[in-house]
Amino acid sequence: MKKILTATATMALLAGAAQAEDVKIGVILGFTGPLESITPAMGDGAEMAMAEVNAAGTLLGGANVVSVRADSTCIDASAATAAAERLITSDGVNAIMGADCSGVTGAILQNVARPNGVVMISPSATSPGLSTAEDDGLFFRTAPSDARQGVVMTEVIMDRGINEVALTYTNNDYGKGLADSFQAAFEAAGGTVTISVPHEDEKADYSAEVGTLASAGGEVLVVAGYTDKGGKAIIQGSLDSGAFDTFVLPDGMVGQQIVDDLGSGLDGSFGQFPGTDSEGAEIFVSLAEAAGFDGTGPFAAESYDAAALIMLAMQAAGSSASGDFKDHVMDVANAPGEQILPGELAKALEILANGGDVDYVGASAVELIGGGESAGNYREIEIGDGAINTVRFR
Amino acid sequence: MIDFLNGLVALTNFVIIPATAYGAQLAIGALGVTLIYGILRFSNFAHGDTMAFGTMITILVTWWFQSIGINLGVLPTALLALPFGIAGTAVLVLLTDKAVYQFYRRQKAKPVILVIVSMGVMFILNGLVRFIIGVDDQNFADGERFIIGARDFREMTGLREGLAFKTSQGLTIVTAVIVVALLFWFLNKTRTGKSMRAFSDNEDLALLSGINPDRVVMVTWLIVAALATVAGVLYGLDKSFAPFTYFQLLLPIFASAIVGGLGSPIGAIAGGFVIAFSEVTITYAWKKVLVYWMPEPLEPSSLMQLLSTDYKFAVSFAILVIVLLFKPTGLFKGKSV
Repeated sequence: MKKILTATATMALLAGAAQAEDVKIGVILGFTGPLESITPAMGDGAEMAMAEVNAAGTLLGGANVVSVRADSTCIDASAATAAAERLITSDGVNAIMGADCSGVTGAILQNVARPNGVVMISPSATSPGLSTAEDDGLFFRTAPSDARQGVVMTEVIMDRGINEVALTYTNNDYGKGLADSFQAAFEAAGGTVTISVPHEDEKADYSAEVGTLASAGGEVLVVAGYTDKGGKAIIQGSLDSGAFDTFVLPDGMVGQQIVDDLGSGLDGSFGQFPGTDSEGAEIFVSLAEAAGFDGTGPFAAESYDAAALIMLAMQAAGSSASGDFKDHVMDVANAPGEQILPGELAKALEILANGGDVDYVGASAVELIGGGESAGNYREIEIGDGAINTVRFR
Repeated sequence: MIDFLNGLVALTNFVIIPATAYGAQLAIGALGVTLIYGILRFSNFAHGDTMAFGTMITILVTWWFQSIGINLGVLPTALLALPFGIAGTAVLVLLTDKAVYQFYRRQKAKPVILVIVSMGVMFILNGLVRFIIGVDDQNFADGERFIIGARDFREMTGLREGLAFKTSQGLTIVTAVIVVALLFWFLNKTRTGKSMRAFSDNEDLALLSGINPDRVVMVTWLIVAALATVAGVLYGLDKSFAPFTYFQLLLPIFASAIVGGLGSPIGAIAGGFVIAFSEVTITYAWKKVLVYWMPEPLEPSSLMQLLSTDYKFAVSFAILVIVLLFKPTGLFKGKSV
């Protein structure tokens, strides 16, 4: 009797496993490299959305979503391409949540995603160049283009009565794209950029850059770099030599780590990164807290949204094949339909399964425009007493 | 007069002090490379990662000291931990020599084979350091940060320009002088030092006159371990420690050693400063200084920058190429490469 029971149970399990299809989503982020201090929360954000869908158990009639992590390194395009290739050919992922930095995202899109026809949704690649890249309808991003951030940063700076700045950027797709769009916007608004100095990450010495920036002068220094790398070294050098006291920090530079490292030197510096005060953002932060990670970090909310969009589009298409669901991403992200906030993915899956429409709002007030990129909401922050304080939302 | 002083202070603050400190760090690193080249006769590509290893041990010991409350007051605790770092690195390089280089030396392998072998060692050390301490930036400087801060200087002198002199920069320069003096005394005055020079000049003759080659090799590695650790720790105190950055340091260090003349200790020091100053001065925007120094009608309105800072590496490598073209043995007659 016992044997028969065991056998029946085993059979049932096997049947169950065979029936429910596993949906694999690749999470490719720079877990090592210049963004390594903010990517863990991003990965957790994406995986929280998957856990939520698994708990609901209604995706494509009971499919289980599995996250497969890979390292984009943020800066090494060949390593990122190899990692993405592995995700698709060896792990067999149905879609990619990622990558994080603009350069590697473009490389993965052209070398891996397009040849294999796999959808990728990046939570944080913000280079304006990606707006016009050939993507066969496979590429989306829940982060806005830096062309938009350049305009917002101009407003943030001008509203403080500052109209002369020095500018330094990390010499890659992200830094150059943001620096150019900011300089254009700032000069159009009547401001002066005294000098625009590129810097390479992970170099031995930044005295030359700091000296040149100091010589050109300006009321504040805009640092379009990365928190863990050259950006931080330049701020440290400027503070040490008394070249600048106040810094403007765009998205790649905002992180608790840099505030802790530089201490009171950063007090009074300000900046902005994508974020929103919508209801969804608050819900996301409390959900993240319950899941044990910091939901206020840069791009954590966008990562949750990117993963959620992939799964909702699959549900809308009734298929986990990229070729089928790529056309549904815009539909589930935008009106018309029932508005969906974080924590309501089960409801959204239900509506879609019944043939209804959803308008995914999510944690970052997602509204996809153009070729599939976020319209963009920004959180303006100011640093004081070792904390990142939110001033307002733009 | 005040204008002249302001200009001078700005120049010192943004060019002379940082370039001198960076030059001293490069010089100590290049001394290690040059000693290996002179005595063991190969270019040691693992030098950057040896520096990283020594610094890592020093950081770990520093953290331990900090946790049990030992410190040096105004000076960084890392100075106390430095001997431990040197000892650890000495053990590491001697083990590497026994396990790897000795085999190829006995085979009388060509230098180019040893270079490739050292690249293998480089990647292993690279992985080892990341495995132990991680890839992140580590900050281990403590004690007083500045000998004189920019703001204090302005208040003290009433000048418009500030002058910052960091403790780490002061330490770097003082240590570099001491280390170089010790090394030259050792090479020129002691018996072991003389036997090392003899071995470097003519190996066969040295062997004939009864110099023990194993001892020369061991002493060389010990000195190199000390130099690498000191250079790494000074660099880490002044900037910050990240394994990948140390790997990147290899290029300017080799450039310094080659410009000065591989195998020549004086050349290594000169080369370090040449590379550091060329990186900073040629790309410096002279506007600020010239505005102070020139009479009003001649004040420049542009930045007065010869080359954009993008080209700072191009500058040091252009110097390297020019030196090799016209003086293949380097500025101080090292061995021809």
